[in-house]
Amino acid sequence: MDFDLSEEQRMLKESVDRLLEDRYSFEQRKTYTKAPDGWSRELWQQYADLGLLSVPFDSKYGGFGGGPVETMILMEAFGAALVLEPYFATVTLFGGCVRIAGTEAQKDALLPKIGEGKLLGAFAHSERNSRYDLADVQTTAKKDGSDWVLDGEKTVVIHGDCADKLIVSGRISGGQRDKDGIGLFLVDAKAPGVTRKGYPTQDSLRAADITLKGVKVAAGDMLGESGKAFPIIERVAQSAIQALSAEAVGGMQEMLDITVEYLKTRHQFGVPIGSFQALQHRAVDMLVATEQARSMAMFAAMMVDEKDDAERAKAINAVKVHIGKSGRYVGQQSIQLHGGIGMTLEYKVGHYFIRSTMIEILFGDTDHHLAALARAGGLIAPGTTA
Amino acid sequence: MDLRFTSEDIAFRNEARSFFESNLPPHIRRKQILGQRLPKEDVVAWQRILNKKGWACPMWPTEYGGTGWDAVRYYIFKEESCRAYAPDPLSHNIQQTGPVICAYGTDEQKAFFLPKLRNLDIWFCQGFSEPGSGSDLASLKTRAVRDGDDYIVNGQKLWTTNGHRADWMYCLVRTDTGVKKQAGISYLLIDMKTPGVQVRPVVTLDGDHHTNETFFDNVRVPARNLIGEENKGWGYAKFLLGNERAGIAKVGLSKARISLIKALAQRMQVEGAPLSENRRFREKLALIETELQALEMTNMVVVAGMKKSGGNRQDPRTSVLKIKGSELQQATTELMLEVGGPHSMAHQHEFLEALTDNAIGPDWAGTAAPNYFFGRAVSIFGGSNEIQHNIVAKAVLGL
Ligand SMILES: Cc1cc2nc3c(=O)[nH]c(=O)nc-3n(C[C@H](O)[C@H](O)[C@H](O)COP(=O)(O)OP(=O)(O)OC[C@H]3O[C@@H](n4cnc5c(N)ncnc54)[C@H](O)[C@@H]3O)c2cc1C
Repeated sequence: MDFDLSEEQRMLKESVDRLLEDRYSFEQRKTYTKAPDGWSRELWQQYADLGLLSVPFDSKYGGFGGGPVETMILMEAFGAALVLEPYFATVTLFGGCVRIAGTEAQKDALLPKIGEGKLLGAFAHSERNSRYDLADVQTTAKKDGSDWVLDGEKTVVIHGDCADKLIVSGRISGGQRDKDGIGLFLVDAKAPGVTRKGYPTQDSLRAADITLKGVKVAAGDMLGESGKAFPIIERVAQSAIQALSAEAVGGMQEMLDITVEYLKTRHQFGVPIGSFQALQHRAVDMLVATEQARSMAMFAAMMVDEKDDAERAKAINAVKVHIGKSGRYVGQQSIQLHGGIGMTLEYKVGHYFIRSTMIEILFGDTDHHLAALARAGGLIAPGTTA
Repeated sequence: MDLRFTSEDIAFRNEARSFFESNLPPHIRRKQILGQRLPKEDVVAWQRILNKKGWACPMWPTEYGGTGWDAVRYYIFKEESCRAYAPDPLSHNIQQTGPVICAYGTDEQKAFFLPKLRNLDIWFCQGFSEPGSGSDLASLKTRAVRDGDDYIVNGQKLWTTNGHRADWMYCLVRTDTGVKKQAGISYLLIDMKTPGVQVRPVVTLDGDHHTNETFFDNVRVPARNLIGEENKGWGYAKFLLGNERAGIAKVGLSKARISLIKALAQRMQVEGAPLSENRRFREKLALIETELQALEMTNMVVVAGMKKSGGNRQDPRTSVLKIKGSELQQATTELMLEVGGPHSMAHQHEFLEALTDNAIGPDWAGTAAPNYFFGRAVSIFGGSNEIQHNIVAKAVLGL
């Protein structure tokens, strides 16, 4: 085991940290939220120029050839800066589907474009009734000659409003919650029959509800095998959770740092409030939660490519449980220890709290993953008794 | 010991219940259930309905419009109000500055303000906290200097909730800088339309405009708007802050939220079964309900004690009510957001403000996130939970 970053990883970290330090102050970020897309197209191009948009892709497709550790480095930095650009939607989700399930032709056509910053994608999977059940798909995919026709509605599609292309899940056969019978389809976001209603989310990101009415998809635009998309969706969700866990840690560390700084500078009763032991201990508990979460983000990076499906699934469940719990604790305490100032959007710490609340919801909340982990028997095998 | 309500109490509860059911306008009730913000006119309309019934300000002395209820009656009234989803009366008028004026105001002040406070013809806001003075309120710096028949006020208040809606502010100002900090504070009523008063919005985590910064630049306040004696303001403020004891835990509000959550959970399908049948979810609810039951009992004990002492004795368990009550309020908003989940991710300001009926996603989930975010404030304002712990440690445990 080696917890030190390689030379290449260190350089990646330095370049992303430097860029965000220059370009992502709280004030600068505010101006990006006011842009038409709610994020900065100019910065997106800079990410591309630095090679950040191709980090997880193979060098065959112009990628950096990075793995989960590289994703962790990037996402942690994005979490610390509260980055608004659609990296998660385009690279992790959309790019992840293509990387995991695409044919050579599909990868050739899509991955280099993502890396160059010329293609935005979104993963149009969740629906009004699906909640956290990845197999719950009511949007239908019907065969029409050699083509497919999609009908249905997708909700809260992260960055679905600005995407050029969507990957849409559709039910080819079986019941609403069957794992069998789901397909994934590449759809042009401007294709006839696609209507999008974009809106901001609580955390100043963007999402869209997307209606599909008789949307035609060519046979070659299916990802993976017909009706066999569920394992792909599961893999993509697991990489998503890996990425989110690192993002969450970036945010938690910032909440801790900002809070500790405030405890040192805010005076009440003639002394810095950080001199009150009640608050000191709480700050230490925030640190404990953050460090535990950081370890879980590393565990996620270690396990997300694990070959054993059951082990991988349990590990990712455990990661999401911990991230959800610690993110909530650190977030709530960071507000509480600030007092009133933590409650306003004019101050930075609340934005992290809100983002960590949304991370807890994304791809299954704490209870969802806790139940799954418990059902699967937990992480430690039962031993023998005396 | 008799732990039950008397038959008169029960008769009163039934009367209150049917009053709320038949008098709360449905459009207000709907917003309340959906967790939306009420426009000023709704709050005013409801207060006037209560005033007509004679229930506008139950705990004020009867000569100023109080009902003469004992603490148990009042508790029942508050419970029924929450149960019906009725809005809370504007606490700054009814629970806070109203009783102060009743107790310490001049006859002229009483005659002018009290009827208007009851009927919400005048809307008050509270100017206590400042940028440098929150938990350490007595350190406040906003200055008032006597000049003939006026005070001239300079300084800044922060977190003036409803400052932008209010007609008047009750304000703590420093009138003597040469004494112990608590001894140089006065309690002034300031007309918000006075030249030199400026209000700037401070947007909170729910994206909403509840609260403000208020600046005073040579604001002339007639000395007749001083409450009680100069430099005695700290005592009046303590009286005010200790006043709202029966309702501080908001047990009724938390109970109403739990019953709403249960109703929603029955309708909501999660992985093929109603959420209400999910074991972990049920257990979480049951745990909160257990705590709420205990708190309700504690509340009754405190209330009954107040009844006996005529409200003069400060029960240290009041801090229990504040600490546990705020934790449970927050627990219910957390649970509501867990139920909402992805449905609650869209930021929908206009829906929160009840400016539209159209939610993105199901309407019941549209306000869960902002209400969770804003709910973090209940353990901060009105004496933070850390300050409550300090009070108990010192006053109860003698540490
Ligand atoms: C939404 C909202 C609405 C409000 N509305 C009003 C209003 O209408 N009018 C008004 O006057 N005020 C209002 N307030 C202000 C509120 O009363 C203050 O926020 C509160 O008194 C805390 O003060 P502070 O924010 O300055 O925090 P601080 O006092 O700076 O506290 C920061 C942290 O330090 C802790 N702390 C402070 N002292 C101690 C100690 N001795 N021991 C241990 N911990 C300590 C606190 O608990 C908190 O965690 C409002 C606040 C909010 C958030």
